[in-house]
Parts: sequence; structure tokens; C-alpha cells
Amino acid sequence: MRYLPHTPEEIEAMLAAIGAGSLDGLFAAVPADCRMTGSWPLPAPKTEWELNGHFRHLAAAMRIDDSAEVLVGAGCYHHHIPETVRALAGRSEFLTSYTPYQPEMAQGTLQGIFEYQTLAARLLGMDVVNASMYDGASALAEAMLMGLRIGKKKKRVAMAKAIHPHYRAVVRAYLKPAGFDIVELDVLASGRTDLSTLDGLDDLAAVALQSPNFFGVIEDLEAAAAAIHAADALFVTCFTEPLAYGLLRNPGSCGADIVCGEGQSFGIPRSFGGPGLGMFGCKAPFTRSLPGRLVGETKDVEGRRGYVLTLATREQHIRREKATSNICSNQGICALTTGIYMASLGSTGIRRLARLNYDKTEYLKQVLGSAGAKVAFTGPTFNEFVVEFPSDFRPAYERLLTQNIIAGLELGALYPELAGRSLFCVTETTGKQTMDAIAAEVRA
Amino acid sequence: MKELEELNLPDDIRYTGDHEWAKITDDTVRIGVSDYAQDQMGDIVFVEMPAIGDRFAKGDQFGTLESVKAVSEIYMPMSGTVIAVNTTLTDAPELINQDPYEAWIIEITPADPSEYDQLLPAAAYLDLLKG
Repeated sequence: MRYLPHTPEEIEAMLAAIGAGSLDGLFAAVPADCRMTGSWPLPAPKTEWELNGHFRHLAAAMRIDDSAEVLVGAGCYHHHIPETVRALAGRSEFLTSYTPYQPEMAQGTLQGIFEYQTLAARLLGMDVVNASMYDGASALAEAMLMGLRIGKKKKRVAMAKAIHPHYRAVVRAYLKPAGFDIVELDVLASGRTDLSTLDGLDDLAAVALQSPNFFGVIEDLEAAAAAIHAADALFVTCFTEPLAYGLLRNPGSCGADIVCGEGQSFGIPRSFGGPGLGMFGCKAPFTRSLPGRLVGETKDVEGRRGYVLTLATREQHIRREKATSNICSNQGICALTTGIYMASLGSTGIRRLARLNYDKTEYLKQVLGSAGAKVAFTGPTFNEFVVEFPSDFRPAYERLLTQNIIAGLELGALYPELAGRSLFCVTETTGKQTMDAIAAEVRA
Repeated sequence: MKELEELNLPDDIRYTGDHEWAKITDDTVRIGVSDYAQDQMGDIVFVEMPAIGDRFAKGDQFGTLESVKAVSEIYMPMSGTVIAVNTTLTDAPELINQDPYEAWIIEITPADPSEYDQLLPAAAYLDLLKG
């Protein structure tokens, strides 16, 4: 069946009914410079084998398989994905099903999302976690909007410069056109965020910190919560690496009101930088301001346990322009995958995996230290840290590339003041040999 | 849902076209929603109220009512400053369904008490409902 829902006669009849006359008449309200003229700039069609070849070529260019040792995280992490995750999440009942509007048809999907919400809420220390957002960056933007909704007449938010630069760009894209003011908080020598400037700020709806932050440094969330609440603002904790909370105190127990971030670490391949998973939760009093979909547990007429979408009156299909968000059907399969990943590891598994990441990272710090490099920030870290080299690192980086080792991310493009320094990420997949090889090249 | 004749529309209060009611006593005005509003909305499950001290102009949205099937904004019948909110509704929003006139939502100090006279008496409100 061709996907052409309307015949020319039907289009004619509908245009006549509304008095638009023609399709151009129907779209007359769209300014001329916003309209596509001429043909779409798309490449010519390919055969199936040409298309397969094209994607193989793209995949090879990205080193997303295990052909290279990638010591770059910066928001997208190379973690082992247990086979249970692929086997279960790949089932067509999960993979191909539509958004669960009909609970009588979608109990499996709804239960899967409910379990994801439950496990994520435990990990993050939140009372409620939604059925997911698009990704970590849009989740942070939604968190800021939520803070502004709760703050009612307040028009200002603050965020740490140590939040992922791409996340901050997305926050600006969401908030600036709406006239909200965004203040950025500086980084201290420890790599932690300077909260001393909060005192002088009024009209502040929310303050966001990332922990571990972009430099891998673990923020003092408890102290931050106190300072932010003293400024009469909501505390948003953001993250790019949820695995850290297997080892660290979760944001909820440190006083965060809203927690959001990227869930890619939990069972989702790095792919072409996406799709990711926006994890999003809050404390109970703010539930009705929560963006996105929520699955709840209930009972059917015979008293049996069942799952349904709940509190849907926050959503745009009911509340139109007053909705808490304009997020539509997002990649629910990513939430389900992450739920399966968390259930596969269990709390003990997540704790042990987090410990392994931490220990291996400390090993790389140690061998780099012996090779004459030093850690740029003094604050504690989890599985990422910034390195200062005794001399120009670029020749060593190039030599390591020939050994299929991608040795960190040079920070100059994202933070000019940190040019020449690199952000390294070590996960369970990073071998000791690889770390020793990097140290050897630094020494050479 | 109720027939228009079945609606309880007391004579000692005034109404708005948005289905709020206002009751004036000495220096303050209590505000709630009409029997028609609660009946149309169905089971009310949540009431969002302003903070004490908030100021609103006549016609401003001061809160929301959420039922199992819809969310409705509630608007100020008169300008004024909020001096009390009915916190019993936080845990028992169904009181609005049970008795919408006992279950007031906010109490204000009116900025201009004469605005009360511009509101609809019960008979005029009923006429409006009849269209």
C-alpha cells in the first residue's frame, strides 16, 4: 500500500469545504521565505546493496564497534552491553510496537516502562521518574522550563559552565527566545562549580549542576542544595553518566528537586551519537509540573494488576497550550532497553560496575602521573578526568591513533581556556595494556 | 450530568461567565466554582492554588482544576490580593464536587469592592447557561 492517504478528489473536496481554494491558498499563512521552493536537496535513490554499503562505510568511519579503544566519553560512553539486553529489547513485541495509547493492547510495553521508571527512580533517589525524554540535553532544557513553571513569575535560571557545552546550547535554544535570563556559574580550581555568586541573584527559578560534571569532577551536591535552596530556587541535578550513581550518593538524597540526564550508558549503543535516552525525575510535590508521559500501576475491574498512562492531563493531547511539555512519542524502546539493562545488572551489579570504572580510571591517573602528566582539577572524579601534559600531546595522540587507541578529547574547541588539555574516559571496557600504552607515549 | 433546572445556584452569591462564584463578606471575598462547573468537569482530583499574598487583576488565571478527564483554568471574578487558600482541598479535592459553595478555593481582599456589582446574579447566570 502506498502511503498517500488522500486522492486528488478528496483534497479538492476538503479545500472547497474550508474555502481555501487551492493548496497554496491553504498554506498562505506560511511566510514565503519559510517555504521550500524547487526540489529537495536529497541524493539520488540507492539500491539496497548500495545503501548497505553506504551505512557500512559510515559505521567504519565512526569506530563504534570494538575495532578501536575509545577513551572518550564526554556524554556518550563505551560500555559493555550484556546479551540479555539485545535479546530482550530486540523482541518485535517491544521493538515494533506503537506508543501505548491502548492499555488493553499494550500491557507488555506499559509494564516495561513502569519498571524502567521504578528502577530509575531508585537509582536517582527521586519519587517519580517519567517514561523518558529525547536525550540528556533536551531533558535539561525541560527541567529548566519546569523550574520556571513552578517558579511562576520568576524569569531567571542559572547553570554551571561545567555542564556539557551541548546541553547548555540546547537550554539556550529553548529559553532565550522565550525571554528568560540564563546565568552561567564559573568553574573553581577544583573543577567544581562556584556557587558564591548565587547570593547576588534574585528572581531565580532554578539552578542546574551536572555531577559528575563535564570535567568528570563530582560536585558537592549536598552543599549545592543548601546554597540553591537558600536562594529560593529549585535544584536541578543533571548527569551524562548515570553509572556514577552506582557508587555515589544519589542526587535525591543530596537534596535535588529535579534530576535529569542521559541514559545512553545503560544498554544503548553509541551509534551515530544517538538515539539517546532522556532520564527525568522529580520529588513528589512537583509531579504535576513534570513534562512527558507517565505510566502508573492500577487494578482492572477484576482486581488484577495492570498498567496505564496516568496524569495525562499534563500532556499536550489534552491540555493543548497549557501542557507541561510538547514532547510527543519519543523513542520508548530506549527507555525499555535501559530498564532491561538495569534489571540485568541489579543494584549489586551496577555498584560493582561503577567501582570497576572508578578503579580503572584511578589506574590511568596513576600511570599518566608517573609519565609526567597531571590531573588538571583537584576535585574527586568518577570515570572521566582532565589531563595536563608535560608537552604537546598531539604527536602522541597521532601515534596512539595508529594503534587504534583514541586517547581522549582535546578541550580547546569546547573550552578555549583549557586548550591543550584532554578529557579522558575509562570504562570497564578499557584494558590495562591500552592505558599503559598511552602512558608510554606521553613519556616518549 | 445535571439538567440546567437541577443546578444549585444560590441567590446570595454572584457568578462569572467562566463559572466562578464570589461571595462578599465584610472586607473579604471568597471565590469558588459553580455547581455547573463541577458537574461539567466530573470527579475533581487536583486543585492548584496560588500563594497567599499573590495579587491578581480581574480575569487573571489564579489556579487550575483537574478532573479525571480535563484541566480547567480558574479566573478571578474580581481584582485583589489572596489572603487565604482552602488547604483542605489539597487532600480532598472531591469536596468541590460534593458542595461547590462550601468548598471555596481562595479568599481575597478585593482591590475594588464595586467590581462585585458587575458580576452576574443567579438568574442572569442561569440565563447565560441556557444560552
